[in-house]
Amino acid sequence: MIHARGLARTFRKKKQEVHAVAGVDLDVEAGEIVGFLGPNGAGKTTTLRMLTTLLAPTAGTATVAGCDLVTDPVGVRRRIGYVSQSGATYPDARAGEEVVDHARLYGISTAEATARGKQLFRELDLDGLWERQPKSMSGGQRRRLDIAVGLVHVPGLVFLDEPTTGLDPQARANLWQHIRGLREERGTTVFLTTHYLDEADALCDRILVIDAGRIVAEGTPDELKSQVGGDVLTVTVEHAETAGRVAALMAALPGAEVPQVLDTRVVGRAPQGGAALMTLVRELDAAGIAVAGIESRRPSLDDVFLDLTGRSLRESGGPAGPGGPAGADRTADKQPQEMAR
Amino acid sequence: MSTATTAPPSPATTGPTSSVARDTYTVFARAMRMSLRNPAWLVISLMQPILYIVLFGPLLEPLSSQLGSGNAYQLFVPGILVQLGIFGALFVGFGLIAEYRAGVIESQRVTPASRTALLLGRVMRDVVVLLVQGTLLVLVSIPLGLRAPVIGVVLTLVVIALLGAAFASVSYALALTLKSEDAFAPLLNAVVLPVLLLSGILLPMTLAPGWLQAISDVNPLKHVVEGARSFFDGDYGSSTAWWGAGLTVAMGLLGWWFGVRRFRQESS
Ligand SMILES: Nc1ncnc2c1ncn2[C@@H]1O[C@H](COP(=O)(O)OP(=O)(O)O)[C@@H](O)[C@H]1O
Ligand SMILES: [Mg+2]
Repeated sequence: MIHARGLARTFRKKKQEVHAVAGVDLDVEAGEIVGFLGPNGAGKTTTLRMLTTLLAPTAGTATVAGCDLVTDPVGVRRRIGYVSQSGATYPDARAGEEVVDHARLYGISTAEATARGKQLFRELDLDGLWERQPKSMSGGQRRRLDIAVGLVHVPGLVFLDEPTTGLDPQARANLWQHIRGLREERGTTVFLTTHYLDEADALCDRILVIDAGRIVAEGTPDELKSQVGGDVLTVTVEHAETAGRVAALMAALPGAEVPQVLDTRVVGRAPQGGAALMTLVRELDAAGIAVAGIESRRPSLDDVFLDLTGRSLRESGGPAGPGGPAGADRTADKQPQEMAR
Repeated sequence: MSTATTAPPSPATTGPTSSVARDTYTVFARAMRMSLRNPAWLVISLMQPILYIVLFGPLLEPLSSQLGSGNAYQLFVPGILVQLGIFGALFVGFGLIAEYRAGVIESQRVTPASRTALLLGRVMRDVVVLLVQGTLLVLVSIPLGLRAPVIGVVLTLVVIALLGAAFASVSYALALTLKSEDAFAPLLNAVVLPVLLLSGILLPMTLAPGWLQAISDVNPLKHVVEGARSFFDGDYGSSTAWWGAGLTVAMGLLGWWFGVRRFRQESS
C-alpha cells in the first residue's frame, strides 16, 4: 500500500534549514494498521503531508496505493483518505454539509454522499448532529466529524494524524473500535500517527518509532518491547537511606543493568523479571531492609522510546513543545502553532 | 499490489473521475451558501453601494458643470462600479485565510478535485456577488438622476465582472501564500490607497494638475474607469472605451494566471 524510500523534507525559514523529515523508508502492506509513534516535532505530520500529496518531498520516492507520489498525485488522491491533525471543517458550516461537499469532490452524488454521511454519523456517535455547526460542537464531536469527512468516500487507505487527540477516554476507545472495524469490514489499510503509547500499543499491528525526522525502530509492539533489555523491576523502600543498598543488590542480579535511585524508589532492569524478583525478595529479607512495595513489569513502549532516544515520550510528548533537545540537526523552531499545520 | 484486490471496490476508486465543471460547481455552491448564511455580510454587501450613491453622489451634483458631463451620476456610477470590482474583490482573501485556518483548504486539496476548480468556484461566487451589487447600484442611481444607455451599462458590468475575477484571483493567491491576516491586511492597505487615488475613481483625473495626471496615466485602472465612463456616455466606438476593456482583459488573464499558478503549487 505504501512504499517510501529516502523520503525527506527540509523547510527553509529565514535562512535556517529545518530537516523535518530526514530520509524515511517505510513499507505498509494492505490491511495493516500501522502507527507512527513519536514526540511532537518528530516529523510525523510532515511525513503524512508528503504521502498525501500535500507537500512535495525534497528527496526520496514513494508509491501510495499503487500510484507514484510525484508522477500521479491525482491517482493517489483518488484512493486515499486523510484526517489532518488540525481539523477539516469550517466553524460556520453545517456538519452534514461538510461531509457531503467533501464527498462531491470525489465525484460522488449528493444523494449517495448524504446516505453514507448519515451512516458514518451513526457509527461515530454523531447522531442528531447533521445540522449542527462545528463551532457549537464539542472538541470530541468535531474530531469525529473530521473523521467522518475523511472516510465518506470509503478510501482503501486512510491516514489519520493524531486522531484521538482531544477525545475523552470513552470516545477514544470507541474510535479505536471503529478503526479496527474499518480493517475488519472493509479491508481498509490504516496509517496513523500518535504520541500516545497506549494507543499505539492497543491499536497497531506494527509501530514505526520516529524521532528527529528519522525512524529509529520498527516492529510489532511485542517485538519492540522485547528489544528492551529485560523486565522493569521497581522496589520502594520505607527509608530512603536504604535505597543505595537495594540498588547494589539489584545491580548484582544476573544480567541486570545499573539501577536508578529516585528517593525511596529503585528502578532497574533484569531479564526474566519473575525469577529476579524472587531472588531480590530473599536478599532484601536477609538484609533486613523494610520494603513498602516491589514489582516486576513487562517493559512499556515508553521504555522502548527511552532506550532508543534517552528521553521519555511521556515528558517530551507534552503540548508545551520545547522541552528537550529534539536532535542535533533541528532548530529551536518548535512552536505548537507551526506543528499544527 | 493493487487496491482492487485488497479492498472491496467502492465508487470512490472505480467511479467516474470528477470533472472541472462539477468540482467548480461544488466549490461555488458551498462558497455561496456560506456567504448567504452570514446576515451581517449580506447587509453590508448590499448597503455599501447604496451608501456611496446616496451619501456621496449629491456632493458631485454641483460640480457636474465643471466636470464636463451632463450628469454627475454618469461619471460617478462607473467609478463606483470599478471600485467595487477592485476593492471588494481584493478583500476576499480574508475569507480564504479563515478557511485555511479551519483546515478546509487542505481537506479540499487532498481530494482529486481540480486545483483550478478550487479557485474558480470561489471566484465565481465573488463575481456573482459583484454583479448583484453592481446592478443594485445602477438601479438605485436611476431615480437620483442617472441617465445611461442599457448597452453601455451591460458592457460596463461585463468589464467589472472580469476585473473582479482578476483581483479576486490575486487576492486568493496572496492569501494562500501569506496565510495570516496580520500579513495580508497591511499589504492590501499599502496597495489600495495609492491605486484608489491615482485611478480617478472618485473624481476624474482631468481635474488634476499635469504631474498628477502623468503619474495616473501609468495606472491601468485609470483607463478602465475612463473606458467605463465612455460606455456610460454611449461612446462604444471610442478608443478610450476599448483601451479600458482591453486593459481589463489583460489584467484578467494576468490575475487568473497568477491565481491558478499558486493554487497548483503545494500549500507548504
Ligand atoms: N510548514 C512548515 N514550515 C516550517 N517548518 C515546519 C513546517 N511544518 C513543520 N515544520 C517543522 O518540522 C518539524 C516537524 O514537524 P511535524 O512534522 O509537524 O512534527 P509532528 O507531527 O511529529 O509533531 C518541526 O520542527 C516543525 O516546526
Ligand atoms: Mg503532528
